[in-house]
Amino acid sequence: MRKTKTVKSSLPQRLSTEFGAFRKNAPMTLLALPTIIMIFIFNYLPLYGLVLPFQKYSAAQGVFGSPFVGLENFKFLFKTGTIWPAVLHTIGYNLMFMLLGTAMAIFAALLLFELSNKAQKVFQTSLLIPYFLSWVAVSYIVNTLLDYDHGVMNQILEMLGIEAKLWYNEPKYWPAILVLTNLWKTMGYNAVVYLAALTGLDSEYFEAAKIDGASKVKQIWYISLPLIRPIIIVMMILSVGNMLRGDFGLFYNVTMNSPLLYSTTDVVDTYVYRSLMNVSDIGMASTTGFIQSVVGFFLVLGTNLVVKKIEPDSALF
Amino acid sequence: MKKNKIKNRDEQIVRAFAFLVLAIFSATCICGFLLVLGSSFQTEKEIQQYGYSILPRDFSLEAYKAVFTSPGMILRAYGVTLLTTVIGTIVGVWISASAGYVISRHNYRYKNILSFYIFFTMLFNGGLVPTYILITQWLHMKNTVWALICPLLVNAWYIILMKGFFQGLPNSMMEAARIDGASELGIFFRIVLPVSKPVLATIALFYALGYWNDWYQSLLYIDDQNLYKLQYLLMQILKKAQFLNSDAAHSMMGSSASGAEMPTLNLRMAMCVVAVGPLLLVFPFFQKYFVKGITVGSVKG
Repeated sequence: MRKTKTVKSSLPQRLSTEFGAFRKNAPMTLLALPTIIMIFIFNYLPLYGLVLPFQKYSAAQGVFGSPFVGLENFKFLFKTGTIWPAVLHTIGYNLMFMLLGTAMAIFAALLLFELSNKAQKVFQTSLLIPYFLSWVAVSYIVNTLLDYDHGVMNQILEMLGIEAKLWYNEPKYWPAILVLTNLWKTMGYNAVVYLAALTGLDSEYFEAAKIDGASKVKQIWYISLPLIRPIIIVMMILSVGNMLRGDFGLFYNVTMNSPLLYSTTDVVDTYVYRSLMNVSDIGMASTTGFIQSVVGFFLVLGTNLVVKKIEPDSALF
Repeated sequence: MKKNKIKNRDEQIVRAFAFLVLAIFSATCICGFLLVLGSSFQTEKEIQQYGYSILPRDFSLEAYKAVFTSPGMILRAYGVTLLTTVIGTIVGVWISASAGYVISRHNYRYKNILSFYIFFTMLFNGGLVPTYILITQWLHMKNTVWALICPLLVNAWYIILMKGFFQGLPNSMMEAARIDGASELGIFFRIVLPVSKPVLATIALFYALGYWNDWYQSLLYIDDQNLYKLQYLLMQILKKAQFLNSDAAHSMMGSSASGAEMPTLNLRMAMCVVAVGPLLLVFPFFQKYFVKGITVGSVKG
């Protein structure tokens, strides 16, 4: 019905109804306008940067004046190959964070779920403290532990009769240190997410299981975990999408950006930052950033698509 | 009867286990900060001799006296941090609430386009380099407070969170207002905002936390010491200390350089406490809102 009407109406007529609708919606548009403008400036304008990797950028000539060089930057990036260790580290760390982090958070949430409201709240508060600390503050804490002359770790080692270690010079310890630090900082937050999912479950399931004589472990395995699976999946999609993004604060501050540690701690984000700030290599930095954005984009779309096929209800969009 | 008892014991064991493990987890979470706190009450001599400790051998306020007698830099950094946090939080909440409301209204014609416009920023972004060029060369914000405020203002996640909350409000409330002749904007200001205090508080706290803890924008855009934020000042102090301890510094400037103009160890810790402390003091009172925000955000916008 409506369709035929719009086909019939002439162009000026359609324009005028469109204009009328626009005017009718104008107050609301106006309300959202500051946000629209801010998003345009800070989120959409930077998209011009998608041309940067294909240019030989120079600050003097700017984005519009710099000559295009095709895939030169990409070729150079892959030929020198210095990016690969950073890429591998990023994916490796993120996988560890995702698997261990999710497991630990669910574990903590399941434990919290068993306790009375009051105890729950007390533990929740203390587990959340690291989440409220900035990475700078966390780097202070790690430093009080690992400092060579005054750190707690070396105090303990000396007490045990082991020689003190120069932690900030020894790359081999850092994968463990960084994974632990990240777990420590994020566990509370993620546990709260899963606890909320658990609390939202219908208590009838558990009552029924109890009457049937199912043990706690069985209840967890057959009721709790399957029922919070959608949330677990959503959280996973989000982390898969960020697979190529290293948490800059963790890898830059906690390691004190020590070059001696790069062989195990350098991630894409610290690599890009260094190319930009220390070497001022816009080509390299923007090319890496470009790959990061594009890969991240397709990873999110990809995982979401897969989830949509397997479990339509858990898909993010 | 007997079976019931066994069941109870099973439950008790699980509960005791949960309690024990969580107590250990919590202790680890708290100890990190306590270590910094304890060290800030040590005397410099004690740290030099025994190292950092949660429990100072003799409790001293020496570091805090030093912080508060010559507060120059710290006070300035506090000022910048407070200013950016207050402005950023107010404007940020406004930006999130207004847009969230607009896309929550089903009778708004451009609702879908606008929603996508906002959501897309979560999927794709230009990355560090274009943003850096935009802010330093196009907007000329380097070494201004704006570089500390503007880049953090929009967060699509918060807008979607707001939208979710507004959609949950009873429609009858707004219909009634409309019949009374209120305009869309009138409904927003007089009806919707007043009943949305909890969610506004939640978002405000997230913004405040983000601004208070931010050091990244300073790292990118601030060289001027007068515009250092607290976290960035802390970062610089630790960096400098690390550098002075390194061999490079010794060979470059001779051994006399170390210690020059460098805050003592306990002073460093005291500064960290002063920077982090207010947050940790305030946060337990607002925990309810934080937890609400975390959980609402996780159950889809």
